[in-house]
Amino acid sequence: MAPIATIHYLIVAAGLFVLGVTGVLTRRNVVIVLMSIELILNAVNLNLVAFSRIWGLHGQVFAIFVITDAAAEAAVGLGILIAFFRNKETVNVDEIDLLKW
Amino acid sequence: MLHYTLFLTFGAICVAGAVNLLIQRHPINSALSLVAVMASLAVEYLLLGAEFVAAVQVIIYAGAIMVLFVFVIMLLNAGEEARTGESRIALLLGIPGILTGAVLVAWVLEHAGSPAVAAGALPGSPRVIGWLLFHDFLLPFEVTSVLVLIAIMGAVVLASPAAKSISEGTQN
Repeated sequence: MAPIATIHYLIVAAGLFVLGVTGVLTRRNVVIVLMSIELILNAVNLNLVAFSRIWGLHGQVFAIFVITDAAAEAAVGLGILIAFFRNKETVNVDEIDLLKW
Repeated sequence: MLHYTLFLTFGAICVAGAVNLLIQRHPINSALSLVAVMASLAVEYLLLGAEFVAAVQVIIYAGAIMVLFVFVIMLLNAGEEARTGESRIALLLGIPGILTGAVLVAWVLEHAGSPAVAAGALPGSPRVIGWLLFHDFLLPFEVTSVLVLIAIMGAVVLASPAAKSISEGTQN
């Protein structure tokens, strides 16, 4: 039985990244699009931590910065969503076309 | 052996949760499967020796961010998403894309050599991470605190009822 190597973690992260991109591109609900963005950020974090096993701990510090940014992004994104829902009563991305002409 | 089993189990839960997030129609089910993804990722971080990142993952992601998501889903009372017509271009590009990806992954697993990850040692203890944060990364750390402060203020301004009256005032 082969030992677990860095490449295995990278493959799990690649799967998460692809599923996140699929969610952003195919779902219509803004909340699920935001959740898919969190999935993409988590895939990046797994890569950073896996590489920090080889190259030192700076990758883990960077992963913590990414988690902080994800929290800020979720707060602002959901705030925008609430403000938008007040005006238009929808959460579907294909009905959000205020800037389209 | 234990390491192998844990990695395979939680890696499978992780990817299966992500797939479930995509195929569920109701946002609450998607949010719950995202919690499962976050929790199993924390176990993967522990297997990599990153104990502080694993703790932060559980506290911030599976705790704070997901509570925010569930709160907003409940607040907006978002129902099930209607299916639109199946996209033909997605089928045309997606199936060859999945096949190519699977072949690439198999080829990489066959040919690429990378150092094995040993279980047991936890190099990412809070002591070491904290030392790095407050010495090597002090400036990015402080800039991040400003970023979070601005994000909090932005979220409060956007979501507060005062923003509604202001926007209505400009419309009238």
